[in-house]
Parts: sequence; structure tokens; C-alpha cells
Amino acid sequence: MLMAFDTLTASLRERFGSDSFTTSEFRANRRVHVKPDRLVAFLKYFKDEAGFDMLAELTAVDYLRYPGAQNRFGVIYVLLNTASGERIYVKTSLNEAELTLPSAFPLWKSADWLEREVYDMYGIVFEGHPDLRRILLPEAFTSFPLRKDYPLRGKGERHNFPVITRAES
Amino acid sequence: MPIEQLEKVAIDAATEDHEYLWTLNFGPQHPATHTTLRLILTLDGEKVVKAVPDIGYLHSGFEKLGEDLDFNQYVTIVDRMNYISPIANEVAWHHAVEKLLGIELTKRCKYIRTIMAELARISDHLLCIGAAALDLGAFTAFLYAFNQRELLYDIYETASGQRFHPSYTRVGGLLFDINDVFVEKLRAFLKNFPKAHADVCRLLNRNRIFIERTRDIGVLTREQAIDLGCTGPIARASGVVRDLRKDEPYLAYADFDFKVICARSGDCFARYLVRMDEMLESAKIVQQALENLPPGPVNVDADSKAVFPEQKSVYRSIESMIQHFELVMPNRQWASPVDEVYGANETANGELGFYVVGDGSGVAYRARTRPPSYIHFAVFPYLIVGHQISDVVAVLGSLNIIAAELDR
Repeated sequence: MLMAFDTLTASLRERFGSDSFTTSEFRANRRVHVKPDRLVAFLKYFKDEAGFDMLAELTAVDYLRYPGAQNRFGVIYVLLNTASGERIYVKTSLNEAELTLPSAFPLWKSADWLEREVYDMYGIVFEGHPDLRRILLPEAFTSFPLRKDYPLRGKGERHNFPVITRAES
Repeated sequence: MPIEQLEKVAIDAATEDHEYLWTLNFGPQHPATHTTLRLILTLDGEKVVKAVPDIGYLHSGFEKLGEDLDFNQYVTIVDRMNYISPIANEVAWHHAVEKLLGIELTKRCKYIRTIMAELARISDHLLCIGAAALDLGAFTAFLYAFNQRELLYDIYETASGQRFHPSYTRVGGLLFDINDVFVEKLRAFLKNFPKAHADVCRLLNRNRIFIERTRDIGVLTREQAIDLGCTGPIARASGVVRDLRKDEPYLAYADFDFKVICARSGDCFARYLVRMDEMLESAKIVQQALENLPPGPVNVDADSKAVFPEQKSVYRSIESMIQHFELVMPNRQWASPVDEVYGANETANGELGFYVVGDGSGVAYRARTRPPSYIHFAVFPYLIVGHQISDVVAVLGSLNIIAAELDR
């Protein structure tokens, strides 16, 4: 049984006040936009009271040259209710100098690697994450390659990787 | 042994004197990892106390490339993610793109894509089961499975001209329509597949060595599966009754009669059984789709400006030529809405989703992949702790980690 988006919005408004979030809908993707400082409260509400028990996806977008964008980064949480099959997209915005978000790891364990990847690619720090290291790129890598100001062909890191020869190994 | 008890065992061992623990580096080029995965295992004798996966050996910046290549070009990259069932990735990618562009496919195209996606599922499961059995010493099952995969490659080749990376889907349609040879080959495959499937079943289902090495190994409970974001056969083997083909019907799945295969025990053997039965259900879907294949065009109407017009009309009419030109030139192409969309498909490994952000051009502003292998490999440390070192390959095999998809 799918909960109508209006019902969910109404219960959110009752709980958090109507000025703490905005909603939008596009091609049946139902989104709730929240401020970073209210993020955990919303995620907790969705998990504990609205039944969204799975964090299906967590990703970020760099809106540096996006038409009409007001914030630099967007972080998107795709929550899934495994009983009813409905999804909700929680979105929050971040700007440079304050690139930290509270970690969703205490709520969903699947946030572990997903947050590490966002940190690896965008440099967004998740506070409270148990082991926030780079995951796909080498530890010594200094840039965040999925940011829009990072060139497609890289900054030459690949040519400067240390090479271990057979004699040295 | 239930996971809670296993964790207790592990923690006790870890907090005591560390002297007797030893570290084993597993991979990245170990044959049983199949591809470049690395595990750092902490062992107490033969028992795994701690496992730390180290990934990224195959990272090649696919998502960055997705921000540079247009919606049709990127399909060649998507092919190379889960190269065991490439066509399912293509279907999933264009599903998300078409959702963003708001294109409704023709019925024939939906049916053909469904056939392709299900064949990909069979081919993926065959490899997963074959390789898992091979790692546990059952070599014959692997050969039987690969024999069938070879036939599937032939079928892909007939449809698209390419065996391994077909790049078959296009925005709003397909590269080619299918022909009679394809139908003939597919009918022959469907006729012989149940027999080959039964052969593999007979080799493994009651094989004592296989059962003892997989039953009660790597148990994933239902709560853990949900908490860790598992999808696909891994979640279904743990009792999570979820299948996007039923829950969020896409393509033509609503038209077909098939079952969602689930199990309760959540161990490696349950995952094997779920995959095994899913193949038969997939074959059933393919059969139904093939026999009810609707006539008509395979691409959406050329007036939608989303697909290339036919070659003949490009040469003969100015409108078609203009449209062809518009789709080829990098500064024209599709006018995507300035918005973003998440589209997910049920592929052989689980939920393969794409988060596509459109900025008005024909190139995705952001093309995020939600790779099932990535989510599932994060589960591995929870599954292996407390088991023997020889169980590492059993658990890895049952999770079906594809490094190209894991690292992208």
C-alpha cells in the first residue's frame, strides 16, 4: 500500500514545521529537501516512524556549473520501505568551507561504504563515520576527482605513481 | 552458528593477547577472487577473526566518463561494469535515461529488452554458480554452465553483432530489430536449457562436499540484509521478499507470469538455490515474451527527435538528414530536462540503479551508478567472521562480486 506523498508531507509538516523542508516531485521520484543540520532528525523519522528501513543509495552531485544552481553540492539519500516498496529521496545541500554532514551509519550500516565513496570522490566529510578513509582511490591521492573543477584527464597523478620494479619487490 | 555468537567469538579472540593472530593477504591476484579484489584477513589458526576488504584496483573513473560521453556513447562504458551480464546494464542505463527524458518505449522494444535482460540474468547466474562450484572443487558443473553461456553469447552476437559487449540499446529503442535467426537460436536454447539446468542440479544439489562447504556458511539474517542494503538473490535468500520486477514493474514484466524465488536460511547454499531456480523463472519469462512478441516498430517514432531516423530516409529527405545531424553534433542532441532522476532495474546481482542528472544537454551532468557488487562486498566482513579460511572462497563465490562493477 503506497502512502500518498501528500499524507507523508502532511505528517512531516506536523512534526517538523512547514519551513524546515521543501518537497518536489519529478517522474514519480518524491523528494524531500532538508537543511544539513536537520538531516539526521529527518532520516531518523523516516527510518523509525515512516518505515523506510533500507538505505538503498547515497550519492552526491557537484552543481558547480549547473544551470540555476544555488548550492555547490547536493547529497542524496534514497530510502526504501522494504514492506511497501515505496521510495523517498532525501536531499540536502552543502557549500564549500562547511563540507561536513552527520553520518547515517548509526541508522543504516549500508551507509558505511557509500559515505566513504562520497568522501573519496567529493571530499564531503561524514562526522561520526567509524572509518572514513578513501576507498576507490589510493590513500595518497590529494584531489577529489568527481568535482566539476577536476579535469577529465586528471592532473597527472597517474604518471607520477611510484612504480615498484621486480628487482625492488 | 548464528552471527551474534560468531561475533562474540571473534571479539573475544581479538581483545586478548594478539600474539597468536596472524595476517594473511588474500588477492588481489588470487584465482579464487576471480578479479582484482584484495582482502586482509586476520586469522586465529584457520579461523577468520577479521576481514578488511581493500578495493579500487580496477577503478577507472566510469562515472567521470559518464559526464563526458552522451547518453548513447556511455552505453559502451556501462557494458564494461558487470561484464558477466553486460546487456542488463545497458537496459538499466537506458531505463534511467529514458525516465529522465520522458520517453515511452514501443511495446516491441520493451519485449525485446525484457528478453535480453532475462538472458543476461541466466548468463550471470550460470557463471556465478559455475565459478562458485569450481572454487569448491566441482569442476564439471562449471563446464556445463559455460557450455550454456556460450550459446547465449551466440544469441547476443546474432542480435547485436558483438558477443561480449553488445552495446545493443539506444535511447528510445535498440540498435537493430531481432531477426528470424535470433528467434531460431533462442528457441533452440530454450528447448535445451532445462536439461542443462537439470544436469547442473544433479551435480550440485545433493553433492555432499558442495553442501557441507556451503550450508550454514556465511549466514545473513533478514534484518542484516535490510540494514546492509542487500538486494537481489542475496537478499531473497535471506527472506527479503523484494524483486523490482514485481514491486516496481518496468519494461514488460507486468505482462508475464513468473515467481519471485526466496529462501529463509540466508547461507551460501540458499543463495545457490535461489539463483538456480531464478534461472528457470527467467527462461519462463523469455519463452512468454518470445511467443507473444508484438509486431510494430522497435524504435519510438522518429518525430520524437530522440532516435536516429532510418538510413534510407536520411539519404532521401532533408528532415531526416537534419535530425540525424542534430543527434550527432555534440552541441545539439537530446534536450534533457534540468532535473534529476533515479531509475533502478533488477539485474542478476540485485538493484542496479542510475542516478542521472540532466542539465539540458545530451550528456549527463552526473551519471551515478548504484552497483550491487559494491553494496554486497561491504557485507563480506560480516559474513566471513568466525568461519574457516577455506570458507572465504565459498562466501565470495556466493556473493558474485564483479570487480569491474565494484570499482567502476
